[in-house]
Amino acid sequence: MKIIAVAEQRDNKFKKSAFEVVRTARTIADQTGGEVIALVIGGQVQTIAGELGGYGAQRVLAVQQPKLEKYSSTAYSKVIAEVLKKEQASVVLLPATAMGKDCAPRVAVKLDAGIGSDCIALKAEGENIIATRPVYGGKALTDIKINSAVKVFTLRPNVFPAGMSNGTAANVEVVDIPLAESYFISLAIETTQASSKLDVAEADIIVSGGRGLKAAENFKMIEDLAGAIGGAVGASRAVVDAGWRPHSEQVGQTGKTVSPSLYVAVAISGAIQHLAGMSSSKYIVAINKDKDAPIFQTADYGIVADAFEIVPALTQEIKKLLGK
Amino acid sequence: MKLTVCINHVPDTAAKITIAADGKNIDKTGITFVLNPYDEIAIEECLRLKEKNGGEVIAISLGGDAHKETLRKAMAMGVDKAVLLKDDSPRDSFSVARALADYLKEISPDVIFFGKQSVDSDDAAVGTMVAEMLGLPSVSVAVKLEITNGAAIAEREIEGGKEKVQAALPAVFTAQKGLNEPRYPSLKGIMAAKSKPIEEKVPTVAQPKVEVVALRKPPSKSAGKIVGTDSSAVKELVRLLHEEAKVI
Ligand SMILES: Cc1cc2nc3c(=O)[nH]c(=O)nc-3n(C[C@H](O)[C@H](O)[C@H](O)COP(=O)(O)OP(=O)(O)OC[C@H]3O[C@@H](n4cnc5c(N)ncnc54)[C@H](O)[C@@H]3O)c2cc1C
Ligand SMILES: Nc1ncnc2c1ncn2[C@@H]1O[C@H](COP(=O)(O)O)[C@@H](O)[C@H]1O
Repeated sequence: MKIIAVAEQRDNKFKKSAFEVVRTARTIADQTGGEVIALVIGGQVQTIAGELGGYGAQRVLAVQQPKLEKYSSTAYSKVIAEVLKKEQASVVLLPATAMGKDCAPRVAVKLDAGIGSDCIALKAEGENIIATRPVYGGKALTDIKINSAVKVFTLRPNVFPAGMSNGTAANVEVVDIPLAESYFISLAIETTQASSKLDVAEADIIVSGGRGLKAAENFKMIEDLAGAIGGAVGASRAVVDAGWRPHSEQVGQTGKTVSPSLYVAVAISGAIQHLAGMSSSKYIVAINKDKDAPIFQTADYGIVADAFEIVPALTQEIKKLLGK
Repeated sequence: MKLTVCINHVPDTAAKITIAADGKNIDKTGITFVLNPYDEIAIEECLRLKEKNGGEVIAISLGGDAHKETLRKAMAMGVDKAVLLKDDSPRDSFSVARALADYLKEISPDVIFFGKQSVDSDDAAVGTMVAEMLGLPSVSVAVKLEITNGAAIAEREIEGGKEKVQAALPAVFTAQKGLNEPRYPSLKGIMAAKSKPIEEKVPTVAQPKVEVVALRKPPSKSAGKIVGTDSSAVKELVRLLHEEAKVI
């Protein structure tokens, strides 16, 4: 099985998901006796591409053009489909990020392929792959099989291991894919970083606040705790709807789906739609003054008390531990 | 301006999911189905574009008769015309996209809206697939949209920021929360929607490429440990996170 692993970079730095995707491709290839080809797309990515060898790519292809510096749905998907055809590969793995989720459907159509979105596990089964993915907002899991010749999967970030394999630095091949102007009909013209803050979708630790915090200004203590612990700030929908926090921080079925190592839910009741977005976190801590709050059913550790008392104390204690 | 919005009929987000006897589908007994929450945002955006630029809004849904309820909700919100592509066979995002694209090609709209994702399949694929099938530009997870003189400037959410995307019409957009606050249908709208006709068409729906092998409940988690009930528990919590969970 020949697998194309699309490694996402931004500003010439690989995202953590890039390593997860390449590493997972390696695992599948090892099970099926296949080959992993990592693909990097961008303005000038040749210099960073070699790093992917360490994660198990036998070959690394760099497709670079000044116009590919910024993301284009139409152009990036064209590049991926062309590379797959050239290499006669049968599987494409992409990260289930804003880029990957946008690109994958177009790649699938170009290759007449079925798509498995936001997978949390992949397993080789003979010549095929069984993918597990959450559906109904994580209330159920489905195992799927794609029956088209080419198969496209996107992998939920933070779920698959990103560690190095025994691979070595791979040779980087610069591949030229000619792209007519018409392939840039959707084009990003500007990217703005919301701030230097960590995004909930990518953070390994998240501290989220809910309606029990009573006012926007009380999120200061959530920010302080997140700062001390090196995490991102998240929010329940109640808080976003009240205008206390931006939409980009909402966790849940109609917000972001997150899988950090640690999720701290402060003054959040644990409504089913909130759980949909965070129940796959590795460890969940709940701080809530109501002992019957549903969040305690999902939490690994809970403190039943007033958040205004606990959170500042927790921040202090963590600072002490981390020597801050 | 011809505005179209593709809408899906899905289990209410509060619904409790149980697995059917075949182990591949959900048991629909007792489940309330609603208009997909993201599609509500997509409808709202089309209504606003119409209010600003004139034109008509057409809502399209592919599914069985049950989808009529969702099309009526769209009409109650103010959509001018509703079309049911009537088909109740199993489908995946590819086959849905193909059937929708076939119909959209016939009516050639200026703007084609989708929700970011269906909250049942959570595929987040159909909208951008349709764009590719029709050879159109697309902006997914749009949180802001401005259309002037046949050109769109949209903002989409990316990790840690936003991406501004430019595209000429006709174009495809998928709606993310934050784009707008959907209106509630007025009583007048609800009454009017009851008597408005729903156009029915029979689409050609291809065999799905994705096969469900199994559907199951996630492994259930036993309730965790209550570490304490006042600030004296903080020290122990930090110890557990550091030594037992090893996450800090
Ligand atoms: C279609 C749809 C989609 C939705 N999508 C989402 C989504 O994506 N994300 C989401 O989060 N929600 C979503 N919801 C909303 C969800 O149903 C809940 O309404 C919401 O999650 C509640 O937010 P909350 O927990 O902050 O508020 P509440 O439910 O009001 O809970 C507040 C909690 O704070 C506790 N509390 C109060 N004071 C204190 C204190 N001093 N110290 C400690 N604890 C305190 C209370 O005991 C309570 O448990 C959705 C709903 C629908 C219908
Ligand atoms: N059966 C359907 N009929 C009409 N539109 C649909 C249907 N299924 C999905 N869509 C649209 O495609 C979007 C994405 O769905 P999905 O790719 O299934 O997550 C939804 O928000 C709808 O706008």
